[in-house]
Amino acid sequence: MSWTLSNLDRIGELTLNHVRLSIIPIIASFVLSIPLGWLANRNAVLRSIVITGGSLLFTIPSLPLFVILPLIIPTRVLDETNLVVALSIYGVAIMARSAADALASVAAPTLDASTAIGFSPAARFFRVELPLAGPVLLAGIRVVSVSTIALVSVGVIIGSANLGYLFQNGKQRGILEEVVVGILISLILALVFDLIIVGIGRLALPWNRDKPLRRRALAPTPLPHDSEAPVLTGASR
Amino acid sequence: MFTSTRRIRIGAATLALGLATSLSACGSSDPTAPAAAPAASGSAGGGTVIVGSFAFPESEILGEIYAQALEAKGVTVQKRFNIGPRQQTIPALRDGSINLIPEYNGNLLAFYDEDYTERTTADVDEAVAEQVKADKLRVLTSAPAEDKDAYVVTRKTATDKGLSSIGDLSKLVPFKLGANPQFGELGYGIKGLKSVYKVGTNAKDVTFVPIEDFGGPDTVKALVDDSVQVADIYTTSPALVAEDLAVLEDPENLISSQNIVPLVADSVYTDQLGQVLDGVSAALTTDDLIALRERVEGKEKADAETAAKDWLNDKGLL
Amino acid sequence: MNLLLGALAWLVDPAHWVRGSQSPLPIQDRLLEHLAYTAIAVVIAGLIALPLGCHIGHTGKGRQFVIGFTGAMRALPTLGLLFFLLMVFGYFLSFDTAPLVGATIAFVILAIPSMLAGAYSGLESVDRQTIDAARANGMTEWQILTQVEVPLGLPLIVGGIRAAVLQVIATVTIASYAGLGGLGRIITSGIGLNDYDLILGGALLVTALALVVDGLFALAQRATATRGLTDSKAARHRTAASRSSRPPTRENA
Repeated sequence: MSWTLSNLDRIGELTLNHVRLSIIPIIASFVLSIPLGWLANRNAVLRSIVITGGSLLFTIPSLPLFVILPLIIPTRVLDETNLVVALSIYGVAIMARSAADALASVAAPTLDASTAIGFSPAARFFRVELPLAGPVLLAGIRVVSVSTIALVSVGVIIGSANLGYLFQNGKQRGILEEVVVGILISLILALVFDLIIVGIGRLALPWNRDKPLRRRALAPTPLPHDSEAPVLTGASR
Repeated sequence: MFTSTRRIRIGAATLALGLATSLSACGSSDPTAPAAAPAASGSAGGGTVIVGSFAFPESEILGEIYAQALEAKGVTVQKRFNIGPRQQTIPALRDGSINLIPEYNGNLLAFYDEDYTERTTADVDEAVAEQVKADKLRVLTSAPAEDKDAYVVTRKTATDKGLSSIGDLSKLVPFKLGANPQFGELGYGIKGLKSVYKVGTNAKDVTFVPIEDFGGPDTVKALVDDSVQVADIYTTSPALVAEDLAVLEDPENLISSQNIVPLVADSVYTDQLGQVLDGVSAALTTDDLIALRERVEGKEKADAETAAKDWLNDKGLL
Repeated sequence: MNLLLGALAWLVDPAHWVRGSQSPLPIQDRLLEHLAYTAIAVVIAGLIALPLGCHIGHTGKGRQFVIGFTGAMRALPTLGLLFFLLMVFGYFLSFDTAPLVGATIAFVILAIPSMLAGAYSGLESVDRQTIDAARANGMTEWQILTQVEVPLGLPLIVGGIRAAVLQVIATVTIASYAGLGGLGRIITSGIGLNDYDLILGGALLVTALALVVDGLFALAQRATATRGLTDSKAARHRTAASRSSRPPTRENA
């Protein structure tokens, strides 16, 4: 405990940085995956391109991606942008599939009915399809959030100042407590983010609140259906 | 009815997202974050100094010493520690991600000129000053303090096999050697062992075991429990005393001087900066380094910042 | 592009496949190590997770636990877990064995959730009516499990194993940073030497390995799908995305 107490400043700084590095990829994944999901639902060819593309991006191991990005995008070797872009790529890879599935899950009769009422295609997308796809999108974003937070710490290997520093430094100096604290804060962050996302979900999708237990159990946590195989590999990258 | 309440909800959700994004923007003023734009090169010097360090505790301590000494004299400083080995720090210096780092004159020279022949502090300093010019960098006055790579064995191995100098290692073959990945490629590493001391001339004589922690606890452990018989552990490591390890002598000067020297980008150099760092270097001895490492890596587990501050206070440099 | 070509050239260079070369070479040693670590971890995790998942799926008890547990495990930072276990085992095991034991445990911990969830949801996806019919026919619980639930749920179970294997492959890559061998060793050596041939070469190898394994599992999933299970009722239990009449396992192709 004594190590923790005497290093609270540093821990706080690293945690804040970790949070900052996690937020942007999560939001970017959400925003970018919606058009991708929409594309995937146009026809089977596009669908397989989007899904396969996502799976492919996902198999790229994280470490080399962080190091190689400066060669592809105009960043400097140590820029945190490399980390953020890489995490966003993984996030989109996970989320594109969820978005495609989410938009596909909206029942055809509902869409027909809304067209019949007089919604324009754009209005129909934003006011009917997207909200109805909400629950599955929410589930996908929860997975992206958890994966991203877990993955940020690998960035310490390219010098990023985040909770991963606690792991590296703890191991180098033989301070087990430091490593444990890093793990605990990571877990707490993941939990807090999850609660916030669920909270936002409740605000934006109020009709989802009173679903019977069975449906709710299915909706929030994505079960490993065959289509979501990539989703589960999130944490390890 | 439907639309207005819906708008409020969406508004609330957007507000939440907006807060989240602005939180991330606020966090950007975190001093450990990198400079947003590349440091202006070719300007008259001055400006924010971004201090980097290698990814091991001693370098972090030295980085803290430089950073705090400069801050005390009014220089704006940003810290970017634990970057990695030289293969990552030099590119960082080149592209302006950092512009000051505590270096080791010998190994720095080796990075630019693998087969360098200079050995004494004065010679190495002169040679390395020439080499770094090409990258718009300069080295300042080096400190008396040195931290050298060393070929280390356990006391038991030394006495059992009668090992006192690196050349004696030919009595030990075949053996495993533990060091960080660079050691396999560098002139004073496996190659030098072969060419200068004629050890490891047969393929199976020396097995290289890469260990990622720059002579840290893993390397020490590997040596102590005989997973490797020889290891590259740096001469200021507290483990040398704690584990009673034997440093093999280097009569052929395979490993040259390794004085601590500030490596700084021309773009931020000012005379004031030079003065402050020269003052720090003049006061830094090898014993100081050993003591600092002992505080940070030994029982006390002090953090680098505190250890640096205390040392600076002791020397009256703050 | 040059970098990619350089890495590919590095990969096919026969000098890098010579046995007895200095670490991180030869390539085949690292590849075999990688596969070996993965296989061992997956087998151990499977022995724990599959029976447990089947039990939970069959009896329906503990599903909340599975959901929560899976979610929590995903949140574990890989590097932290690895270093933690390595340090703990480092206290009483030698330098050679500590990483092996510590890392394997880490791989197992990270593989279990996917397999558990796969087994459990595979069993849960079986139509209740089918199970009731089996029960009505006089089959024992064990017979129902082995002759009805598992065969019908096989695609999802295999899907869970597939996800777990990919997870471990990715984690083993990072584990080299903590002292283990495997293809990650090529990558970390490359980072340490700023040698993009090594970095990219290693990355390509890991990616290729993952894709090949993923492809093999996709085939396996397709092979285990029971024909006749394409009517809309069964499909509703699975992802809603299956609008086409093809078997659900095609989704992951």
